[in-house]
Amino acid sequence: MTGQPAAMGCPGCMAAPADRVEVPPADATLMLSLPGIHCQSCIATVEAALNAVPGVHSARVNLTRRQVSVNAAPGLKAEDLAACVRNAGHEAWELDPAALQETRTGSAGRDLLMRMAVAGFAAMNVMLLSVAVWSGAADATRDLFHWISAAITLPALAFSAQPFFRNAYSALSARRLNMDVPISLAIVLAVATSLWETWLSGAHAYFDAALTLTFFLLAGRWLEARARSAARSAAEELTALEVPRALVLRGAGMQEVPVAELRIGDHVLVRPGARAPVDGIITDGASEVDRSALTGETLPVRRVSGDHMSAGEVNLTGPLRIEATAVGQQTSLHQLAALVAVAESGRSRYTSLADRAAKLYAPGVHILAALAFIGWLIWSGDMRVAANIAAAVLIITCPCALGLAVPAVTTAASGRLFSKGLLIKDSTALERLAEVDTVVFDKTGTLTEGTPHLIDAEALSPDQMAVAAALAQGSSHPLSKAIVAAVPRAMVPAPVTGLQEYPGYGTSGTWQGKTVRLGRPAWLGADAGQPQLCTALQIGDDAPVRLMFEDNLRQGAHDLIRSLQADGARVILLSGDRPAAVQHVAEELNIETALAEMLPRDKIRYISDLTDEGARVLMIGDGLNDTGALAAAHVSISPAQALDAARAASDIVLLGRDLAPVADAIATSRKARRRISENFRIATLYNVVAVPLAVAGFATPLIAALAMSLSSITVSLNALRVGGAKR
Amino acid sequence: MNVLAYLIPVSLILGGLGLAGFIYTLRSSQYEDPEGDSRRILSDTWDQHPRPDDGGQVRKDRPSDN
Repeated sequence: MTGQPAAMGCPGCMAAPADRVEVPPADATLMLSLPGIHCQSCIATVEAALNAVPGVHSARVNLTRRQVSVNAAPGLKAEDLAACVRNAGHEAWELDPAALQETRTGSAGRDLLMRMAVAGFAAMNVMLLSVAVWSGAADATRDLFHWISAAITLPALAFSAQPFFRNAYSALSARRLNMDVPISLAIVLAVATSLWETWLSGAHAYFDAALTLTFFLLAGRWLEARARSAARSAAEELTALEVPRALVLRGAGMQEVPVAELRIGDHVLVRPGARAPVDGIITDGASEVDRSALTGETLPVRRVSGDHMSAGEVNLTGPLRIEATAVGQQTSLHQLAALVAVAESGRSRYTSLADRAAKLYAPGVHILAALAFIGWLIWSGDMRVAANIAAAVLIITCPCALGLAVPAVTTAASGRLFSKGLLIKDSTALERLAEVDTVVFDKTGTLTEGTPHLIDAEALSPDQMAVAAALAQGSSHPLSKAIVAAVPRAMVPAPVTGLQEYPGYGTSGTWQGKTVRLGRPAWLGADAGQPQLCTALQIGDDAPVRLMFEDNLRQGAHDLIRSLQADGARVILLSGDRPAAVQHVAEELNIETALAEMLPRDKIRYISDLTDEGARVLMIGDGLNDTGALAAAHVSISPAQALDAARAASDIVLLGRDLAPVADAIATSRKARRRISENFRIATLYNVVAVPLAVAGFATPLIAALAMSLSSITVSLNALRVGGAKR
Repeated sequence: MNVLAYLIPVSLILGGLGLAGFIYTLRSSQYEDPEGDSRRILSDTWDQHPRPDDGGQVRKDRPSDN
């Protein structure tokens, strides 16, 4: 039994497993992913099932994250718990708690929330006092109120405005301007002039404005942080789904070790259904290998002793023993990842709308405030008046509404898309998605299911079907699985005895005294015909019957392509598969441009050429051969069934099986973009009205407070319209 | 105007209580799973008596006893 990774230390300590102390039998926290849960009864079933397992102290489902964390005795394994939840009728996957560690706390969001609470509390109290001042408190009372306001404001701001001060400082020390510089300046100047005014028993103090400003801006930051941490935790959850372990032959017996510890020369056992963890030469065994993840080929390839096998290929029929020739970074799988890095560096850095606005905004505000200050200083010769007016200008122009304009819309839009099964990983992905005019698809696993499907099941007699089902059962070959899936529910598989699997060829057995065989047409003496997905069945000495298969189109593919074309987008199909298979899919979906036998490099080049022509490309793909293309495209989507390298390279992950939400995503992103620019316009309009007042010296704290709250609320309400049509 | 001498501290203390309450809920992870918590209210598992622990993250070994 392996030690539970309950307390993950620094990576340096983990690298030295010899020092691992096994003594403290600390309780372990295990995490499972539950993608299917959605209601109270799911929570209750899962928790009850887990609590019934001996050794489990407590189980708590988090419905927001679709996870369950289990506090259990050291001996328990996450795999067993996942199996137990699956028995209770819910999909469950083991998660690596170490990978989830940092996201679980969500500490950045919590910190902002705390500061927001303090700012909100202080703002409400100061506002109470300010209302009294605005409604006529005078002389000693007004001064007292101002002093109390100052006493609340100073400590509250010292705590809650820290994020802005810190960002502004780091921007200034790097000689840049960002949105936080005018914000910090406004806050500091507002408080300073207000203190000065209070000291001199002046009529106007901006304590409340400084606090509400901080409060609204923190709200914007918090929304941003929350969206980001939700996306990140989901992305890391996906990576954690693949728990990397391998079976190695060392010394006398088999050992299960982390993939990271494999070395060149190790003999690794790859069981049927498993993915090869290393590149290597097959030393023992024969089997068929599914290369679709690496190349997009649908047909499995036969491999025998002496052949080469690449990391990432899936072994299908017989157990294989491979001698590692390349591990870790050197495997062909990782070299694909290097291609991704190159493609990514070629992608022009996208500046978000908010950044572009800030770039225009920050200098403008400073110049305006400085001009107001100098103008009034010359005009009135009074430092105090000039400083007051400059502060008013900074407060009024402060980007409250701007700070909310983008995050409020993005949060509403991501929430809407999440409920449709799309996960936005990158904060600017929505903006980029809105610009898309060309959509490039991969075939295998993206437009198609990636799993074959028996097409002429009716042509078989019930006996033949029953025998085929019996022979196919228990094999992890995709064609066998397809046969089992095609068996009518009422049919019982024939009682075939003496089942024997011939790796790389097929299965044989005995039925009613006759030898029955299911496998490659060539093995059974049937003519191979065209290289289509096909297998053959032979009963006794009868002539072999051929079973034909087809890769089904993914649900929603037709609708998606049609709506994209109706929308005027160019649709292109790039596949690594053979021309015949690609042509077939392209015709069925009415895609004019379809290219077959594309290598990963070709796909990247094709997409960069499109980009150079000025097209905004959306790439949708799932294979390792697509990762480079995903990274090179303007924006990219991959299905959740894709390998983690592909998911990591893409901006948006499609959680369900259905492709149709992609069309929704594009529509929603366009709507979101519209809302964002509307929000910018609202914020600008309010500045156009309020700034002249401030510069002219008519802006009282009351006007500032009103204008600020009104614009912030309008912007937030406008943002909510994105998620509006949810029902 | 003397009433202000009471009312201002009172308003500050009441507001402070609210803030303290919020900070307590934040510290005890009550915003970790808003969706789940809104569904859990429908469960009748702990209707008769409260859960025998604090319901928070630190729990002793007591499997549920309905």
